[in-house]
Amino acid sequence: MNIAVLLRAVPDPVEELELNDEGTDLDRDFLGYVLNEFDDHALEEALLIKEDVGGTVTVFAPGNADEVDQILYTALAKGADAAKKLGDDLGLLDAHAQAALFADALSGGDHDLVLCGVQASDELDGQVATLVAAMLDRPHVAVVVGTRPGDGSIRVTKEYWAGITADYDVDLPAVLGIQAAREAPRYVAVAKIRQAQQAGGLEEIDVEAPESTARVKVVEMRIPEAGEGAEMIEGDEEAAAERIVEILRAAGVV
Amino acid sequence: MSNDVLVYVEHLEGAVTDSTFELLALGRGLASVKGGELVAALVGSGVESLAGELGAADRILVVDDERLAIFDPQGNARVLTTLVRDREPAMVLVPYTSQGMDLAADVAVGADLPLVSFCRAVRADGELGATVQLYGGKVEADVVVDADRAVFAVLSGAASAEDGRSGGAGNVEQVAVDVGDLAIRAAGVTLPEAGDVDIATQEVLVAVGRGIESEDNIEEVQELADALGAAVAASRPIVDQGWLPKTRQVGKSGLKVKPKVYLALGISGAPEHVEGMRDAATIIAVNTDPQAPIFGVAHYGWVGDLFDLVPELVDRVEGE
Repeated sequence: MNIAVLLRAVPDPVEELELNDEGTDLDRDFLGYVLNEFDDHALEEALLIKEDVGGTVTVFAPGNADEVDQILYTALAKGADAAKKLGDDLGLLDAHAQAALFADALSGGDHDLVLCGVQASDELDGQVATLVAAMLDRPHVAVVVGTRPGDGSIRVTKEYWAGITADYDVDLPAVLGIQAAREAPRYVAVAKIRQAQQAGGLEEIDVEAPESTARVKVVEMRIPEAGEGAEMIEGDEEAAAERIVEILRAAGVV
Repeated sequence: MSNDVLVYVEHLEGAVTDSTFELLALGRGLASVKGGELVAALVGSGVESLAGELGAADRILVVDDERLAIFDPQGNARVLTTLVRDREPAMVLVPYTSQGMDLAADVAVGADLPLVSFCRAVRADGELGATVQLYGGKVEADVVVDADRAVFAVLSGAASAEDGRSGGAGNVEQVAVDVGDLAIRAAGVTLPEAGDVDIATQEVLVAVGRGIESEDNIEEVQELADALGAAVAASRPIVDQGWLPKTRQVGKSGLKVKPKVYLALGISGAPEHVEGMRDAATIIAVNTDPQAPIFGVAHYGWVGDLFDLVPELVDRVEGE
C-alpha cells in the first residue's frame, strides 16, 4: 500500500500568543511551530499500516515555517520512506491554500491512501483533510481512530462521541482524517533525527503559494482576557491549596 | 438564491443530537434576519418519524435511502450537496462534530461556497460573518465572508438546545436524491462497553490534561481523587496516549459531565474539551499558562504547577 501523509506546522499550543499591530493575525515574528498533533497520529497510523501490509510512506509538508525541515526529518527517522517539502518560505497559508498545494502534489501520484490529521488549530476555512479529498474527488472519512487494510479497500473505525464508533469499508484510493492512531505516536531519539538530517533525503518541490480561494476574511482577532469571570487565586501552592479546600467545603464535597 | 437557512439534522441510533437542536435555535434567529425559511435536512433511512421533533424548522426535507441507514460520509455529503445546489440557501449550518466534519468541506467545495469553521456565533445582518475560536480556543476572531452565501461549521454551545427543541413538524417534504455508487459502506455501529467507572455520574472529577506530562504522574492525581472520593477523568490527548481508558475522556469525542466539582489539572481548555464539562457546578482550573482558555470557563483558577499543588491538596483533604 502506498501511503501519503500530509503534515502541517502549527503554532506551538503551549506558547504565549500575541497579535500583530493590526489585530488581524498572530504576531508570527517570534512564533514557534510544532507538528500538528493529529498529523503525528496520521503518520503513526501510516507507519502501522506499512508494518501490517508493506508498501511505502511518503510525507508532504508545505514549506511555510522554519520548523518544517525538522518535522520532515523526524518523519524520515520514524520510518517514512520519502519526504517532500512543498515550496519554501511560502508564508501564511489558509486551509484552502494548503489543501490546493497538497492536492496538486498528490494528483497524478499512485497513492492508495492519503492520511492527514482530522483537524488543526488554525483551520479557519475548513478541514484540510476533507478539502483535499473534495478537491481530488476521492472518498474520505473524518475522525478515524483505527484502520485495517484489506484488498482494494480499507476497514476504518470512525469515532462519533461518548465512546460510540462505526466501522466503514472504504474503496481505495481514499483520504482519511485521523483523530488518533491505533497506538500512541512512536518516540524517536534525537540521534536518529540527526542521522536522517545527515543522510539528506528531503526533496524540495519548487512551487509557489497558491492563491487562496477561501473567501473568509478576519476583521478582528482577540486574545480573550484570561480568567474573565473566574476568581483567580493568588499566592503560592499552599495558599492555593488552602483556598481550594475552602471551595470544596462550600460545595459540600469534603 | 433564496434567503433560507438550511440546517443539517445530525442523528445517530434513532436520536436527534443536541447539536442539531442548537443549530435549529441559531438558525431560527438567522432565518428571521434574512427573511427566509428555516429548512432542516433530514437524511437517513426510515427517519421521517424524527421530523416530529424538528418543529423549530419551517420546512423539513426528508431524504430516505436505505444505504444511509447508518451515517455515510460520502452518501450523506452527496445528499446535502445536492440539496444545497438545488435549493440555494443563503446559509448552511453544519455542526462541528464527527458527522459535520465529513460534510462541511465537501458541501462547500461541491456547491462552490466559502466555509467558516470553529464558529461560536454566526451573523446574517449585513455581510455574512461569524465569531470563531482558533488555536485551541486561545484566540477569538470576527470574520466576514466575501460571498452572499456560505457554509458554517458551528461549535457546540453556540445556542441553547432547549430553544431549538419544539414538537409539531413544519412542512415535511420528501425529496428524492440519487446518491449514486458509494465508495464507502457502513459495516456497523459499536456502542461503548460498560464496566469502568462511569464519570458521568460522579460528584467530583479530578481531570488531567497534557500538563500531567507522563503516565507515571497519574498515580499522584489518583491519590488526590481517592482522598476526595472522586474519579480521575482526562482530556483527549491523555486518552490518545493510552494513559487512561476511553471511558475517562471528557469532551466532544468523549463524555459530557456535570459533576458538582470539576478540578481541571493541566488542561488547556480547547473548545472540544470545554464542550464536555462547562456545565459542571463548580470548575476549578490549575494551569501554568495564564493564557490557557480553561480559565475562561472556570469559576476559580490558579496559575501554577499542578505538581506543587497536588501534594498540598492531598494533605489538607486527608486532614478534613
